Amino acid sequence: MKKTYKIEVDCANCALKMEDAAKKTEGVQDAAVSFMTQKMKVEFAEGADISTVMQAVLKACKKVESDCEIFLD
Amino acid sequence: MTKKQKKVFIRIIIAAVLIVVLHFVPVQGYLRFLLYLIPYMIIGYDILRKAALGIAHGEVFDENFLMAIATVGAMLLGVYNEAHGQEGEFAEGVAVMLFYQIGELFQAVAVGKSRRNISALMDIRPDYANVENEDGELEQVDPDEVEIGTVIVVQPGEKIPIDGVIVSGNSTLNTAALTGESVPREVREGQEVISGCVNLTGLLRVETTKEFGESTVSKILDLVENSSMKKSKSENFITKFARYYTPAVCYGALALAIVPSSINMVMGNPANWSTWVIRALTFLVISCPCALVISIPLSFFGGIGGASSCGILVKGSNYLEALAQTKYVVFDKTGTLTKGVFEVTKICPSTEFQNMICGKGYSPDQALLRYAAYAESYSNHPISKSLKEAYGGEIQKTSVTDVEEIGGHGVTALVEGERVAAGNAKLMKKLGLTYEENTGVGTVVYLAVDGIYAGYILISDVVKPEAKEAIAALKKAGVRKTVMLTGDSKAVAEYVSDELGLDEVKSELLPADKVNAVEQLLEEKGARENLAFVGDGVNDAPVLSRADIGVAMGALGSDAAIEAADIVLMDDNPRKLALAMQISRKCLRIVYENIVFALAVKAVCLLLGALGIAGMWLAIFADVGVMVLAVLNAIRCLKVKA
Repeated sequence: MKKTYKIEVDCANCALKMEDAAKKTEGVQDAAVSFMTQKMKVEFAEGADISTVMQAVLKACKKVESDCEIFLD
Repeated sequence: MTKKQKKVFIRIIIAAVLIVVLHFVPVQGYLRFLLYLIPYMIIGYDILRKAALGIAHGEVFDENFLMAIATVGAMLLGVYNEAHGQEGEFAEGVAVMLFYQIGELFQAVAVGKSRRNISALMDIRPDYANVENEDGELEQVDPDEVEIGTVIVVQPGEKIPIDGVIVSGNSTLNTAALTGESVPREVREGQEVISGCVNLTGLLRVETTKEFGESTVSKILDLVENSSMKKSKSENFITKFARYYTPAVCYGALALAIVPSSINMVMGNPANWSTWVIRALTFLVISCPCALVISIPLSFFGGIGGASSCGILVKGSNYLEALAQTKYVVFDKTGTLTKGVFEVTKICPSTEFQNMICGKGYSPDQALLRYAAYAESYSNHPISKSLKEAYGGEIQKTSVTDVEEIGGHGVTALVEGERVAAGNAKLMKKLGLTYEENTGVGTVVYLAVDGIYAGYILISDVVKPEAKEAIAALKKAGVRKTVMLTGDSKAVAEYVSDELGLDEVKSELLPADKVNAVEQLLEEKGARENLAFVGDGVNDAPVLSRADIGVAMGALGSDAAIEAADIVLMDDNPRKLALAMQISRKCLRIVYENIVFALAVKAVCLLLGALGIAGMWLAIFADVGVMVLAVLNAIRCLKVKA
């Protein structure tokens, strides 16, 4: 299960940090962040609850880059 | 500029003005420090906050941290000097922060601008679809809500939002956004149209055949938007590099601050703490890796954007990078190098026939074609279709009678009272006629009129006009070997291959044989060489995915091609592959330029900074200046010479 989210992040390095943080979150199989298109693509692990996982991803990203935003809808 | 950027801009101006004013304010001692603290906080509060948050979250060693340490250090050093009765230097710390913010702002604006440029290139997303309601009025609805089979109305100047079939109206379409082709395409009732084209002249009613999400335009947008997710080796290199580099410089700076002074103390010399601390701070400012971290993804993104404006869709930075090393190009024949449609390529009337129709007002070629088209007028075979197409004129079917098809031979018919036989060599033999043996490649239709051998017409698959040029351009671009794979007969394959100047040809292959052939070539090639397979997406999905780079021709109408390929050439022009290689090379050149330039400048400045030759001002250039230059260089990737 893959989903793409719109994000807001100011610098390329911060985008890399978000990607790292998202990858390490439990329930995430793989994640990719594109700074250029301001998008985050998340591949969820089998059986993971998307909304809980995304809350965790958002929290992890906020931790590494306080200014970032992920638009969950 | 966005709101956020405007805010930073205003802060920069205020801080800059304050620094200049403070320069002329005659205050001394700690009051001066407090006054300088005002512009410092105005310009740097967010950096300090982020650095503090970073440390709290265990995320040290990012650029906020570097900047915070360097500037706070510089300010404290000023205080230290004041405490020891010397005049402290506060402007430097504020200036470093100021220039860092200017650099960041510039970067944000430049990146935002090129991002918008690239999006504009790909601006094919339709905002609405027109649906007629019961009163016959047009209503704009979200394309997502249109169901399959709905009739939508596309007015001149509007984009076709969803794939479908024209139920009424005719018009010309601008397909440039999809194909890079600037010549408008004529469409009539009954024809399929694809989303993303712009309707130029007439009103069209289109019955949708797909949902919006499955339409061509959605697929292409998806592809382009996700392309920067697949990262190139260069990008991964920089990520890894930054991971080790930043801590390394931080420890380096720490060592620079402590070690020389300590050695001096041990040796009994004056320690010079402040000199070495300021060198360490300079070192930190220089070391910021922003120039690389921002310019490299930007280069690839620009390259992908530039390519898509030429009708070349690249699915990821990694493929754009791989393309530069392409040494083997394998082509599928039909639909890739040839048009995949049969056309009359040669008309050869016999001498008797020429004498016979002399003075009837037709040229011998036209007359022969006319007989053939009439005789075959009742058939729907591709061969007869191409005969009729080549003839072009109206066929009065009433003047064709007594049509008799002879299986495996051809057809005989009475055309305007004359007995015409059209078919293969067997038919001529059967009729007991002597005929010229044809040597050309393709399908031959022999004709006899009233028992006289009239000549033959050669029908074959036509080589694309750009194909020869494409092969030559690839050779020029450094491709070592061009190979053609085809399921067609040896004679046809060799004819096409000779015509185009290909290096190798493998004919009479089944789809599975194509995979084997490609695998053989993959083993043959060197480790740093890439093999590209170019196909039209019909039956060659396995080969497309097996090759290092799968290139599909013609995204129009072939979903399988878009799915399986790494690169899609939107118009069927094989010449675009060489162009894609050019774009790839240019992009990589810019990436390497930036890597080498940024690292070289940084290395030199780091050395000068450590030796105390370079001060804070040079450090600021090494950080912000290099970044600005690298970003400007990266933006060049967007420009493509067509």
